[in-house]
Formats: sequence, C-alpha cells, structure tokens
Amino acid sequence: MPVEIDIAKVASLARIALSADELRVYEEQLGAILEHAERVQQLPTEGIPPTSHPVPMTNAFRDDDVTGSLPVADVLAGAPASEDGYFRVPPVLGES
Amino acid sequence: MTDYEAVIGIETHVELMTDSKMFCGCPVIFGEPPNTTTCPVCLGLPGAMPVPNAKAMEGILKIGTALDCEVAEISYFHRKNYFYPDLPKNYQISQYDVPICHDGSIAIDVDGAPTMIGITRVHMEEDTGKSIHMGGGGRIHDAEYSLLDFNRSGVPLVEIVTEPDIRSADQARAYGAELQRIVRTLGVSDARLEEGSMRFDANISIRPVGQEELGIRAEVKNVNSLRSLQRAVAFEIERQIAHVEAGGTVVQETRHWNEESGKTTSMRSKEESEDYRYFQEPDLVPIEVSAQWRDAIVAGLPELPAAQRARYEALGVDNRVAGVLTSTEGIGELFEEAMEAGGDARLIGNWLSGEVVAWTRNENKAVAEAHLEAAHLVELAGLVADSTLSASAAKQVLGGVLAGEGTPTEVAEARDLVQISDSSVIEAEVDAVLAAQPDAVASIAGGDMKPIGFLVGQVMRATGGKADPKQVSDMIRAKTTS
Repeated sequence: MPVEIDIAKVASLARIALSADELRVYEEQLGAILEHAERVQQLPTEGIPPTSHPVPMTNAFRDDDVTGSLPVADVLAGAPASEDGYFRVPPVLGES
Repeated sequence: MTDYEAVIGIETHVELMTDSKMFCGCPVIFGEPPNTTTCPVCLGLPGAMPVPNAKAMEGILKIGTALDCEVAEISYFHRKNYFYPDLPKNYQISQYDVPICHDGSIAIDVDGAPTMIGITRVHMEEDTGKSIHMGGGGRIHDAEYSLLDFNRSGVPLVEIVTEPDIRSADQARAYGAELQRIVRTLGVSDARLEEGSMRFDANISIRPVGQEELGIRAEVKNVNSLRSLQRAVAFEIERQIAHVEAGGTVVQETRHWNEESGKTTSMRSKEESEDYRYFQEPDLVPIEVSAQWRDAIVAGLPELPAAQRARYEALGVDNRVAGVLTSTEGIGELFEEAMEAGGDARLIGNWLSGEVVAWTRNENKAVAEAHLEAAHLVELAGLVADSTLSASAAKQVLGGVLAGEGTPTEVAEARDLVQISDSSVIEAEVDAVLAAQPDAVASIAGGDMKPIGFLVGQVMRATGGKADPKQVSDMIRAKTTS
C-alpha cells in the first residue's frame, strides 16, 4: 500500500536542500520505509506494552554534582566566527 | 451589543535552582562570562550523551504533587525538533504525550471569589541559550548579526500548563502570584520574573457569553512581572473585543507585550503551523516513579501557602494580610517567630504587611536588612496592649526600630512617645482645650456630636500625640454632654 509523503515539506523541515532528482529518489526510499512501518502497525499488539527503548531499564539518573565545563577557548575552537567569548552567527529572522 | 467572555490559559516556565544542569555536570550559575559554563552536552556536540539530574526530577515531582497532580508511573523524554541558533542540538529535550505530572489544580481567590484553575500538565525540559541581536538598534528584524551564549543551555526547566480556566486579568495575576509562592515555598527555584527564572506565556481568546466553542487564541509573550501579566491580559482582551466588534476576526498568532507602550504587537506570524516532529529521545530511558518515591515526595512537602494562609487567618489575621505574609520574602519567618514568642497576631500581621513591607519598598532593601527582630514586634505589641503606646505612636516606634534606633522601649523613650498615664495631666489639657473652644462645646451641648473629633485632635496636638485618644474622647464627652 503506497504511503503519501510530502517529501519537499519533510526536506524543508529538516533544512535539507534537495534537487528534483533527489526528491524523487528519497520519496521512493522513504515511501518503502513507511510502507514497512504500516505493515508492522497491522500486527495484533493488544495487551503488549509499547517498547520505548531497546534496553529494558528506567531511571538512569546522575547525582546533582558539578563536574566542570570546557575552557571557553575550546568551546569556541570549532566556531566559524566568535566575538568577545560569544558565538557569532548570521542575523536571525523571526523569533522562534 | 454582545457580551464577551475571556478564556485564558497560562504556560509557565520555571528554572530549577539545582547545582548542575539538567543533562550534564556544568554549574547552574548566572552572570558568568559567556560560554564559560558549557560542555559538549549542553553545546550539542555530536556524540555527547545526556544523563538526567536526579535532583531536578525530585524538583519537578515536588511541583507536580504540590499542584495536586497525578504522577505518571512511566513517562518519557522526547525530542522537540526545530531550528533556532540558541538551540545547539536543533532539538530540545522535552516531554510530549506522557508528561511526568498531569491533571492537577491551583486554588486562587480574587476579591473573595475562590476559583479552581486546572493544571493540564507539568513536564520536564531543558532551557535554551541566549541570543543578543547586534546592530539595527537591537531590533531582531534589523539585526546585522547575533551573538550566542550557551551558559543557560541545559538548565533544568519545568513547564506548567493550565486548562483554559482563567476568565480575567485579575485571575491571571492571582494564578501567577500563587504559582510563584508555591514554587518558592518548595525551595526549588527563586522564581524571579525580572531575571527570567520564571516566565509566563498567556493564551487569550474571547467568545460571546454562553458560547461553548473556544475562540481563536493569541499567545502573548515577554511578560516579566505579575503586573505586566495582568496588564498584558487586560489589554489583549480589550483589543480582541474591539477588533471583533469592528467586524474583524482574531488570528492565531504570537504577540509581544511591550511594557513601555502598554500594548501587545504582532510578531512575524509563521506561514505554516509548527511541526516539531516529536519522537522519543533514544539517548534516554523512561522515567519510572514508584508509589514509594511519590509518597516520599508528598511526605516531604513543606506547608504550602494556602494552608499557611488558612492557619494565619485562624489566628485572627485578615485575608489580605495573610496573603502578604505568605508572599514577601522574610516576612513570614518573622511572623512565625513572633507568634511562637506569643505576640499578638493581628497587630503584628498588620505591621509586617503594612509598615515593614512599605519600608522595604521605600528603602529598596530586603526585610533581612532591617534592624528588626521578632522579639521587637512582640515587645511593641506588649507596649500597645498595656497602653504605654498609642496605635499611631507604635507605628512611629516601629519606624525607629527599622531604622536601627534600638529596641521599641528605647525608641519610645528617645522619641518621647510614651503615653501620658497620669489622667490628671490629660484632664488639664482637656479643660484647656474646652475653655479655648466655647463654640464647639456649645454645639455638642446642643446635640451635635461632630465637633468631638475636632476637640480630640486639639488635645492630641497639645499633648504631642501622647494621650490615649479613647480616654480623651470619653473625657470630652463626659464634660460637654452632662
């Protein structure tokens, strides 16, 4: 059963620029994945608790201890631009 | 003309004051130089693994149970995906379909009308970094570039969402104030609105009275005081009503509250609706809250503000005063101490909520900075009770104590405010005033009681405020009407 996908919207949400050819290729590949998921969803799963994580464990917490931070020079080492200890980025249009 | 009803829901974000961040061991400290409290986890570097802070989980459970919420036995972290420079991973770790706490309520009271505000959910997430927009006069749309500081990135953040149960700007403010009191009482956050450790977003819509269906809502952001919350909600309700009355329709949008102009303005609205593509955070395992854990949290809750107010009211303090005593830092503690030492609840409550709060505002100081001890309040109440001081003299003495002039007895003597206990001295003053005011005396003798107040005032002035006004009044009455 083919699944409808708005591949251009999916790409734009992920901020990935795709050519027309690439859109076609990924639409087909993603379609196959979603069709598989649809088949899985038809399995009778009543009474089976949903699995959220492959490892059967809960509450992997840490104590509230300060273990330190990176030197600011290291923090900014990979940044294309910085200014006075800040990361410098192109202007942001529109608040999130 | 149609009557409209406002429907308001409030989303509140509270930063938890843990020692370390939500998912890494960077410290939670404010005012540090930019990007000095960051690490691969809170910078979103590839391969870094988040591990939740147990203390933050305890903090959110305290908030949830204090708001009378159900606690989910199992809940999950999700990734909320969106792109913004202050969010380095391009997703925020949050909770989605199963929040850790849900279905609670807060009781508020506006002008003696108690109302329950439903709490839809309380969920755990992480704060973002901060952006500074440079050039273009600091306006976001005209900025030439932006600077990013990730010190705040990953600070534990609790989001508290109400049902659309709020109906007025006054109720919105009362809700915000009560939530702030609760969070502070729990000791999980300093909940300072002006510093952003507590932030409100209000969803506001209107509908004709009697209509079941909800109107289109606008979300108002940038509200950073309780007063702004009230003003912003009031403005937005009026704006929507005026717009609809003029034939317009309310559009779903985000609006920015401007404190100076006292108005909300539309922020650039997005073409498409948000699509956060939530999915379960694969780096984190589910959160399981056992009945034992939940019960231990509930057992460890401190006395909450509503219970505290009820207890104060039972001592004879009025409702408004009880509200001030439970919402001003340092005041409640002094009151409690004074009560333990056997002080008069009504007098001391009134002084603390009146003179003492006014002093902190005028001096711009905290209660702890005043030279005021609970023992002073008890002593002062004793001086009023045994008629050493009149009520008004007691307030002057309190002013002296706050200013560091000494104990109440010392201040009363130094400022010469002790009441004249010798009634013959007062009687002499009364006689002198009556002799000087024959017209007033004649009026009273003729059945007009109004000049009595005037005569009392004259005697009080003659005695430098040191006579007991009740005694003076009785004396004048006896001498003029018999």
